Amino acid sequence: MKKILLATALTALTTTTAMADIKVGILHSLSGTMAISETTLKDTMLMLIEQQNAKGGINGEKLVPVVVDPASDWPLFAEKARELLSVEKVDVIFGNWTSVSRKSVLPVIEELNGLLFYPVQYEGEESSKNVFYTGAAPNQQAIPATDYYLEELGVEKFALLGTDYVYPRTTNKILEQYLKDKGIDGNDIFVNYTPFGHSDWSKIVADVVALGADGKKVGVISTINGDANIGFYKELAALGVSADDIPVVAFSVGEEELAGLDTSNLVGHLAAWNYFQSAEGEANAEFIKTWKATMGENRVTNDPMEAHYIGFNMWVNAVTAAGTTDVDAVRTAMYGQKFPNLTGGMAEMLPNHHLAKPVLIGEIQADGQFDIISQTTEVPGDAWTDFLPESAVLKSDWKDLGCGMYNIETKSCVQVKSNY
Amino acid sequence: MFRIILFALCCLVHTNIASAQGTFQDLVQYHAPNIIKGSVKTAPPVITDIQNFGGPVATDFLLAWQSKELWFRKSDDRLITVTTTDKKTYTLLDLQTGDAIGSATKSEIKQIKPNSGLRGMLGTSLVASQLISDDINTRTASLRSLARDPKLTHLAPLRVAVAKETDPDLLVKMTRLERLLTTQYDTNSYERVKAINSFSNDLGLDVRGRLNPILDTQIQLSKTAPDHGKFAQIITPNANGEFTPTDAYAMIVAQGWAEPDITTDEKRQAIINNIENGSVAGIDIKTLDTAQSRDAAYAALAKLGTVPTDVSDADIQAAINTTHFYTTYLEKDPAVVAATIETLDSINTRVGISNTIDLFLDGLSLASIFFLAAIGLAITFGVMGVINMAHGEFIMMGAYTGYLVQQIITNYTLSIIIAIPAAFMVTFAAGVLMERLIIRHLYHRPLETLLATFGVSIALQQLAKNIFGTQARPLTSPDWLGGAWQINDVISISWIRVAIFVLSILFFLMLWFTLNKTRLGLETRAVTQNPRMAASMGINPAKINMLTFGLGSGIAGIAGVAIGLFAKVTSELGSDYIVQSFMTVVVGGVGNIWGTLAGAAMIGFLQKGIEWFNPSNTLAAQTFMIVFIIIFIQFRPRGIIALRGRAAGD
Amino acid sequence: MNGPLIKFLKQHPSVLIFLTILSMFTVLISIGSEAFGYGFVSTSLVKTLGKTLCFCLIALAMDLVWGYCGILSLGHFAFFGLGGYMIGMWLMYERTRLIVMESAQNAQLPMTTQEIQDAIGTQIFGVVGGSEFPVIWAFSHLFWVQLLLVILVPGLLALIFGWLAFRSRVTGVYLSILTQAMTLALALYLFQNDSGLRGNNGLSGLQNLPGLEGTAQSVISMWFFWGSAFALGMGYLLVKLLTESKIGNVIRGIRDDEQRVRFLGYNVEVYKLFIFTITAIIAAIGGALYYPQAGIINPAEIAPIASIYLAVWVAIGGRGRLYGAVIGAAVVSLLSSWFTGGQAPNIPLGFATLNWVDWWLVLLGLSFVIVTLYAPKGIGGLFDKLTKGGTS
Repeated sequence: MKKILLATALTALTTTTAMADIKVGILHSLSGTMAISETTLKDTMLMLIEQQNAKGGINGEKLVPVVVDPASDWPLFAEKARELLSVEKVDVIFGNWTSVSRKSVLPVIEELNGLLFYPVQYEGEESSKNVFYTGAAPNQQAIPATDYYLEELGVEKFALLGTDYVYPRTTNKILEQYLKDKGIDGNDIFVNYTPFGHSDWSKIVADVVALGADGKKVGVISTINGDANIGFYKELAALGVSADDIPVVAFSVGEEELAGLDTSNLVGHLAAWNYFQSAEGEANAEFIKTWKATMGENRVTNDPMEAHYIGFNMWVNAVTAAGTTDVDAVRTAMYGQKFPNLTGGMAEMLPNHHLAKPVLIGEIQADGQFDIISQTTEVPGDAWTDFLPESAVLKSDWKDLGCGMYNIETKSCVQVKSNY
Repeated sequence: MFRIILFALCCLVHTNIASAQGTFQDLVQYHAPNIIKGSVKTAPPVITDIQNFGGPVATDFLLAWQSKELWFRKSDDRLITVTTTDKKTYTLLDLQTGDAIGSATKSEIKQIKPNSGLRGMLGTSLVASQLISDDINTRTASLRSLARDPKLTHLAPLRVAVAKETDPDLLVKMTRLERLLTTQYDTNSYERVKAINSFSNDLGLDVRGRLNPILDTQIQLSKTAPDHGKFAQIITPNANGEFTPTDAYAMIVAQGWAEPDITTDEKRQAIINNIENGSVAGIDIKTLDTAQSRDAAYAALAKLGTVPTDVSDADIQAAINTTHFYTTYLEKDPAVVAATIETLDSINTRVGISNTIDLFLDGLSLASIFFLAAIGLAITFGVMGVINMAHGEFIMMGAYTGYLVQQIITNYTLSIIIAIPAAFMVTFAAGVLMERLIIRHLYHRPLETLLATFGVSIALQQLAKNIFGTQARPLTSPDWLGGAWQINDVISISWIRVAIFVLSILFFLMLWFTLNKTRLGLETRAVTQNPRMAASMGINPAKINMLTFGLGSGIAGIAGVAIGLFAKVTSELGSDYIVQSFMTVVVGGVGNIWGTLAGAAMIGFLQKGIEWFNPSNTLAAQTFMIVFIIIFIQFRPRGIIALRGRAAGD
Repeated sequence: MNGPLIKFLKQHPSVLIFLTILSMFTVLISIGSEAFGYGFVSTSLVKTLGKTLCFCLIALAMDLVWGYCGILSLGHFAFFGLGGYMIGMWLMYERTRLIVMESAQNAQLPMTTQEIQDAIGTQIFGVVGGSEFPVIWAFSHLFWVQLLLVILVPGLLALIFGWLAFRSRVTGVYLSILTQAMTLALALYLFQNDSGLRGNNGLSGLQNLPGLEGTAQSVISMWFFWGSAFALGMGYLLVKLLTESKIGNVIRGIRDDEQRVRFLGYNVEVYKLFIFTITAIIAAIGGALYYPQAGIINPAEIAPIASIYLAVWVAIGGRGRLYGAVIGAAVVSLLSSWFTGGQAPNIPLGFATLNWVDWWLVLLGLSFVIVTLYAPKGIGGLFDKLTKGGTS
């Protein structure tokens, strides 16, 4: 027992002495399958930190980035997160892309009371005290896009195509229920899952085309992830599936993914995000300019980058306001933080650790950019979906209720730790 | 002010009056908020008003709106069209006159971007006038736009257009669409049947899309059995089927013939609502931790009259048993229904045959991709016995070479023609280099080649990441390879896949010829079978090994270009194919390119076949295919085509 | 201690040396640990070292099956992963059950057994869009049964696969590719959401032992560290006993010339099957200890590349020497962890900066080539040369 006390005293001592600079952990895969998406986010973070340091850091302290490579290996994410928090003693972590990597670091972050900013659209159904979700929840991306299909395009039959992992599975589960609530027959919903990196799409695309045989307008909702999209879109283009006949709306395809494609045959297909590079506005123009100056003229910006941009700036403001990097103080200061979106309007951090952000729907253009054809006002992110009965009764409020999984029926906190 | 009030009044009374009194600009400014927002929900009255205004200005406006050429000034929402020379300052043009009315910078004006649903709606609204336009391109475009979503109102203008059409090709398409609309919208039963029968040989998706809805049914229920001929089908509720007893009972309840069933959740909620001082109807809630005790508590509540009585399962079953369920066609005309059934039967038979052919083509295509990926390995591993784990990375190098060539030469056709030999040379050189530096030292330790080449593999992969970045790179096929070969509406295969198939056949013939009919082939076989004997016959084994390995690697490079064209170019491209390639060679039989062909064919068709059984789960298909291969190897350890005699070696 | 064992240890002092070094290492880490010592060894390092010990254990198994018996299996991580899955199922179930029971306190009605089961199911499988318990979870609430399954499931898989493969005399490269196909098939199967093991998500939060929420990770990590060290020590002893027994002689014979051993009247297949299965079980035990330390197991862990890395560790360490395998696994995995961790300082080369995160894999790959070409006996071989004055 004495030893334990001694050890805690020692760690306490080292923590206080290591407070010279503010350390920012960056936990994005730089190798392996996810590097394709995550490397960009690491570069974004380095750029943002550099900009902040040029402005004089925070409260006179310099920001020091600590970059680690979890190598697209999910257990390694947990190991690196622990290293960042307990060895490097970082004050905040910006990182993760896939849901499984987030689930991997959750227990570590919660145990060590760290702070994680997660910048990617995800499936929701989770709320952690130590994570700020700056990407879109399903009601900020999937649901508005589905509404757009139903109301504007008159789609009557849905093909939900996804990569076989948690984000597509959960999103599609929510969408299936949502569509049924909207009066779409279960037989008019076609669901298909393919593995990561799938490249043989001819059969699946043909199946989707054949769905039109009963005279209903078919629309595809794609949660296909990463580079599998390239083969999928090439096959769509080859079979001449035009966006006017069978539109495809994608939740994981942004400017970065289209850079690997010739988009002239894909004009008119859709994507739903909270940000497009083509958004007009001075802040965005400035952001794009800095990015291109740092990384090269042919690089593009995308939605998770904006999420990091907002998340980072909110965190900077929260630290400035709190006057410390102490996690609990910063967390409290985060609630209600406002920061202008790159697309216009104000993003606001809600007590459920999600942002209120506008939802944009864009049509793919021949130059690989998106033409924004629909933009909503700010939609508050919802941790627990309203469309599944078991989640509809749950609510997340860390500010007043101090609980991420509060059952509004029984008026009790189901669990304080998040589910992983 | 007065004008605005008058204008608003007019619109309230009857929107048409607006067109008679205001200018066109007034009309569209009145609708400006909806035009700027652009939703199919609010657009119809706007379009109607503009159409009613009439004249070329209305048509031009609708066209401009549809083609995203409409802008508005942010300060006063004035709708305009613009021209610009430098993309910075814009000249603003009046809608009606086309005259310049001022200029503005980019930030002062905004483009109006209607969504594709609205663009389609605008397109169809222009149909009547455009179908009889003098310009054949306008007519063609208009027909295409009409074919997407034709309505009853389009039948008459379409018939007018058919009568006027002079272009034979377009006439065929127009007539077809007219026939299609006739099947559904004509008032004359005989005409409809005739039109339906005319499609019995047509596989078109649009035909099935028109005919299938004619056979839509709805479920009916009655207390007495339906009369003969008054129903499409008698149905019985089935717990595992589409029409479950729960659905059936819900229908009965909806008719008011029975009391609703109380679900377990409703019972639970009812109990919770009636908790008083920790007990329900005198029962302590602590005991309510089984389904039975809750049922009992609910029954007790029902007895007290606080909640409705639950319907017993037996009652539900009895209610279902005494009710007749059947479906009826929504289409009232029995002659039309009969003709549709017959026509669809005929069509569906053809669709079935076409589907089988399509599946076969898919399998063939997949097989040729596997073959292409594995054929280089068939030489280096199959003939020489070298386990080259970096084979996949050679494929990747080929794909990146294709990308680089395309960066320099922008003509896609030319760049592909140059990329193929370039990729061959790059990977040939890489192969020769690797053979000289690494593999030749390890000919007597085959398993260690595996480790060394694996090292090369991960080094090359990371190197590619460092050089090209982790993002996928575009490798675009020329236009003549871009589309698909549409045999009919069911059978189609993209040209790039056809090209890959042809390429694999070419490679196969070339390799077969090289190995069996040329001096190099003879020497290769001699060296691999007995290097010392070959050496004493005057063959230089080192040189032959080097060349053979180079050849195998070079072919992998060309495969890389082909695979990059239809899939993606990333640093991980190769690792996706390596395990499959080894399996292809092993299953087919080592030492013989016929074997690789057979292996690729088996794996390709097998995977497509399994996918056909379970279309929603590609992963399962891959799993079962590998399990099948493992079992297959048990029975033919040396593959499909096993070499016999001394050539088999060991 | 019984007589024969002492005699064996006397004959093979290398075992004693190994065990002594391992014990000293364990004691050193314990003294340095945050939980039981002075705290100069961080918990994250303890976890990394504990996991490395598990890698050393599976490397031992790999050395036995490849270095001694000549079967280059490229599928042993499948057994490692299965071991992790089996223990993970219990950890996941029990932890979730405790959470559900706790929240049941607030429920308005006491929960029925069915409701509890449903709630656990929703918590575990909600992530993959389900709530039903698949059949394979039938024993997940029974700790001892799942513990037994850690050995049984991978053991049976190895037995069946090995029986099929060896029976039809699949050898050499073909066997390697077949084992690779096995692990790929298993990985692809588990990647499916319908596999019942949460697809790509796998089982997570395994580091939180059920019922021990109050115990700090620094303490739990030490328990697992000790457990892993003990398993490695026992594994080393067991494998050494095997290789020095008559079986050891026969399998070495099989490695060097299978036909000759067969003609001498030995049933080669039975020996190979025995070794294949026993190594699979050792690997599974390694996995069962590894994944509660890693915190998450998912199908990517058993992708073919993991098993190739395993072969590389053993090759670099020096196969046919047990300590070689241990050294190889420890050195390569620790170096990888260090270089990708971002702690390694970048080296400015004047014209460019050598960024380890970018270049580490290139150097690692090239080092495989160099070791295979110039040091075929690996680090262990160099060690031999030093101790025996270059005679070996």
